[in-house]
Amino acid sequence: MILLELFAGFLKVGCFAFGGAYGAIPLIRDVVLSYGWLDDEMLTYMIAVSEGTPGPIMVNLATYVGSSQAGILGSLVATLAVVLPSFIIILLVTALLKTALKNPYVQAALRGLKPCMIGIILATGVYMIIRNGIVIQGSAMLIRPLILTFVLGAIYFGSRKIRKNGISPILLICLSAVAGIATYGL
Amino acid sequence: MNLLFDLFLTFAKIGLFTFGGGYAMIALIENTCVEKKQWITHDEMMNITVVAESTPGPIAINCATYVGYKQKGFVGSLIATVGMILPSFCIIFAISRFLDHYLEITWIAHAFQGIKIAVGILILDAAIKMLQKMQKKPMPRAFMLCAFAAMLLINIFHVRISSIILMLTCGLISLIVFMVKKPAAKGGAGK
Repeated sequence: MILLELFAGFLKVGCFAFGGAYGAIPLIRDVVLSYGWLDDEMLTYMIAVSEGTPGPIMVNLATYVGSSQAGILGSLVATLAVVLPSFIIILLVTALLKTALKNPYVQAALRGLKPCMIGIILATGVYMIIRNGIVIQGSAMLIRPLILTFVLGAIYFGSRKIRKNGISPILLICLSAVAGIATYGL
Repeated sequence: MNLLFDLFLTFAKIGLFTFGGGYAMIALIENTCVEKKQWITHDEMMNITVVAESTPGPIAINCATYVGYKQKGFVGSLIATVGMILPSFCIIFAISRFLDHYLEITWIAHAFQGIKIAVGILILDAAIKMLQKMQKKPMPRAFMLCAFAAMLLINIFHVRISSIILMLTCGLISLIVFMVKKPAAKGGAGK
């Protein structure tokens, strides 16, 4: 049953979403692709929409995927499931287990888990850039995605050299939308 | 004003005005909960940031749960967390009803051809920032590199191995190494 699958899938995401705003993206990709709820293309669009709308990305993605699969009920179930683990863990840590996180065994496990998460996020970013930038159609490589990748990458990382914080993620998304319209539409 | 209502409203406001999630929210939460409302102290805020690093889930949700609990126990934590989520829930739900429809419009579809490339760049950038903060020691580096290589191969060959399995494996290996090392260190100190 879809609601149960949504709940189980996003509960897993909620339990393992270490590493801040982007930490949940590889996990959500895993779950969403393995159940076949969305394709990679649609999920990527939705990550951009989640970045450009208020609220944590992970919660936004859960709401969207739930809604796309089972309407309002699906979005409620998925959102609840993705938040539940962190809600319970914070309650436990503040109310009962004040020293649980300082436990040396917990710390030892986290020392392995966190760098692993970084590797996973890095691989997801690299893979997405390669897949969206290098598009082979027939025997020819499409030039437009490649140019877009280089230009946007140069603007985003290059802007750090000029201003300390560079340009914001939302500004990059706006620029990329304009660049997309310019390269494909004109 | 009723405290529960105040909690709900305050976190709904934070939820409505913070984009991208994560650390962008900390400044606003600190400004509201520590300085204006004085619900928690600055030290508590620092503490919750550290706890959030070691627990899953978005830091904004962790903060809402913590502040709500401190003010009004379980009910408070529930109200604050729901308040935090509700604005983005409504917005995303509304978008989800129309997004497919909008993507059929040619110029929006073109815009998303550019946007999908930006998403890859943002994820890469998030990973680079985390890498810079990571401890420069052989163990974390090894875990990071193994996970990177494994995840890249999984993606390229579409293997059905969940990234959760990777994380649990790394956690377990780290725990075993710690447990093997600890008695050895004690034995060494005893000599």
